[in-house]
Amino acid sequence: MNRSIISVHGLRKVYRVGKVDVEALRGVDLEVPEGEFLSVVGPSGSGKSTLFHIIGGLTPPTAGTVQVAGQDLAKLTDSGRTKLRKTSVGFVFQKFNLLPNLTAADNIEVSRFISGNSNGNDAQFQKTLEMLGIAQRLDHKPSELSGGEQQRVAIARAVVNRPAILLADEPTGNLDTENSQAVLSLLRDLNKRLGQTILMITHNPEAADFGDRTVHMRDGRISV
Amino acid sequence: MLSILLIGVPVTLILTLVGLSQGIIDESAKRSRGVGADVIVRAPGTTMLSFSGAPLPEALVPMLAKWPHVKLATGTVNHGAGGMLEIVTGIDVDAFNKMSGGFTFLEGHTFERPDDIVIDQYYAQQRKVHAGDTTQLLNRPWHVAGVVAPGKLSRIFLPIGILQELTANRNRISQIYLKVDDPKNIPEVVSSLKAKLGDEYPIMPMEQLISLTSVDNVPGLRPFINVIVGIAVVIAFAVVCLSMYMAVLQRTREIGILKSLGASKWFILQIILAEALFLGFGGTVLGIVLSFGTRALLAVFVPASLPQAIVPGWWPIAGLIAVGAALLGGLYPGLTAARQDPIEALAYE
Repeated sequence: MNRSIISVHGLRKVYRVGKVDVEALRGVDLEVPEGEFLSVVGPSGSGKSTLFHIIGGLTPPTAGTVQVAGQDLAKLTDSGRTKLRKTSVGFVFQKFNLLPNLTAADNIEVSRFISGNSNGNDAQFQKTLEMLGIAQRLDHKPSELSGGEQQRVAIARAVVNRPAILLADEPTGNLDTENSQAVLSLLRDLNKRLGQTILMITHNPEAADFGDRTVHMRDGRISV
Repeated sequence: MLSILLIGVPVTLILTLVGLSQGIIDESAKRSRGVGADVIVRAPGTTMLSFSGAPLPEALVPMLAKWPHVKLATGTVNHGAGGMLEIVTGIDVDAFNKMSGGFTFLEGHTFERPDDIVIDQYYAQQRKVHAGDTTQLLNRPWHVAGVVAPGKLSRIFLPIGILQELTANRNRISQIYLKVDDPKNIPEVVSSLKAKLGDEYPIMPMEQLISLTSVDNVPGLRPFINVIVGIAVVIAFAVVCLSMYMAVLQRTREIGILKSLGASKWFILQIILAEALFLGFGGTVLGIVLSFGTRALLAVFVPASLPQAIVPGWWPIAGLIAVGAALLGGLYPGLTAARQDPIEALAYE
């Protein structure tokens, strides 16, 4: 068994909505070994996205401990979480979230620029681009690409800086079946061939099956 | 693009105003030089840059004409004609011609009839009149006898006697111009005249008068320019602030994306400020280009009243004002963007 790259214990998150406190996570425990492809499945409002946001350093936890790539997120300041996103985490979103005015290549380049990574054209990234099958589409803007192509560009952007973990939030939610299969296969390839740790949130049990392991969430807790 | 235009407008406002001040002053200095005199004598209590009134006795002219080293003396009368910076000047044609080298007539001829008036090219263009036409001035019609090349003392000329009668200034004049036999004798003439007439008489070499003709010596002009520059700064600031704020709102999602990629607050702020800087520079360049446009427009419609100079010395000043206001205006939207919560920004539709 590899060492845990994500280690979550007693994680709670309370949001303030107006004058009401909403408990989104009610004590989550989770261990993700390095190199695992973990699927997180659950209905809307079960807390999957909140877990995703906390592990990705987009928001701080309310209580509990969260270790990501050796860093305790509870102790990180805002700038510490920014650094975590820059160096250790790659995001893939349901809506692709590419910068619309930039070409696919520039979208990838922005990520590299922000991380200060000048070693992006390395052999592994070239291999990744080939795997993703977008090498010929890099000069196009997102509006000129299909949904599947956009998501593949988003995956390339997410892994260009070789993050410790890749967080994918419903990566096939906006894709048809064929493109969904292609994107899921790519994620699995990235995991198997390059050893990329992946945490994927999905509604879809078939998509979840692409992962090594599936955990279920309900009412802010991991149920299985 | 609209933001650049909106920043360009106050830049144009500044450059046009400064250009107008400079243009009017340069033009006035040029016309003073065109008289061909070496020394000017005015009445006590008047400033060298006052434009109206005739407090000097005309009898001084023949007296000064015989002054040692003075070759020629001629008196003129100024009278405000009502319009913007319109001054009618009464001249002794023969003496004035001797001193200035004479008018260059582009149309018509010198005074012949009692209602004849001579005007310069710019004034004719502005009033849309030609030699032979009739024009209204000082509440009465005048026959335009001739149109002369600009650059000699005034834009509107009448025989001195007629203007004196009309303005109830018989035997009185506004100033006396003296031509000295040798330029090196000018100081001596000035000091001897001061000794004779008294120190209260503003008497000075023409070159000194011309050097006095500057923005700082026209009462109220400098504060006026400062007020307009201040207004321009406020406009530029508001425009940038508003347009950058709109840009930040429109790009909330993009900012969220950058934040998810690990962009720091400073990185986001830099992007917004860089854009503000671009708007400031763009606005400056456009403002400079537009100031050439206002000059061309003024030259077509009011060439006599409002000659506008292009003052490149003010380009960097206007640029600094525009860029400074743009950066200041971009600061608040930039900080707002930098502080955005990445999750909310990513969820923004």
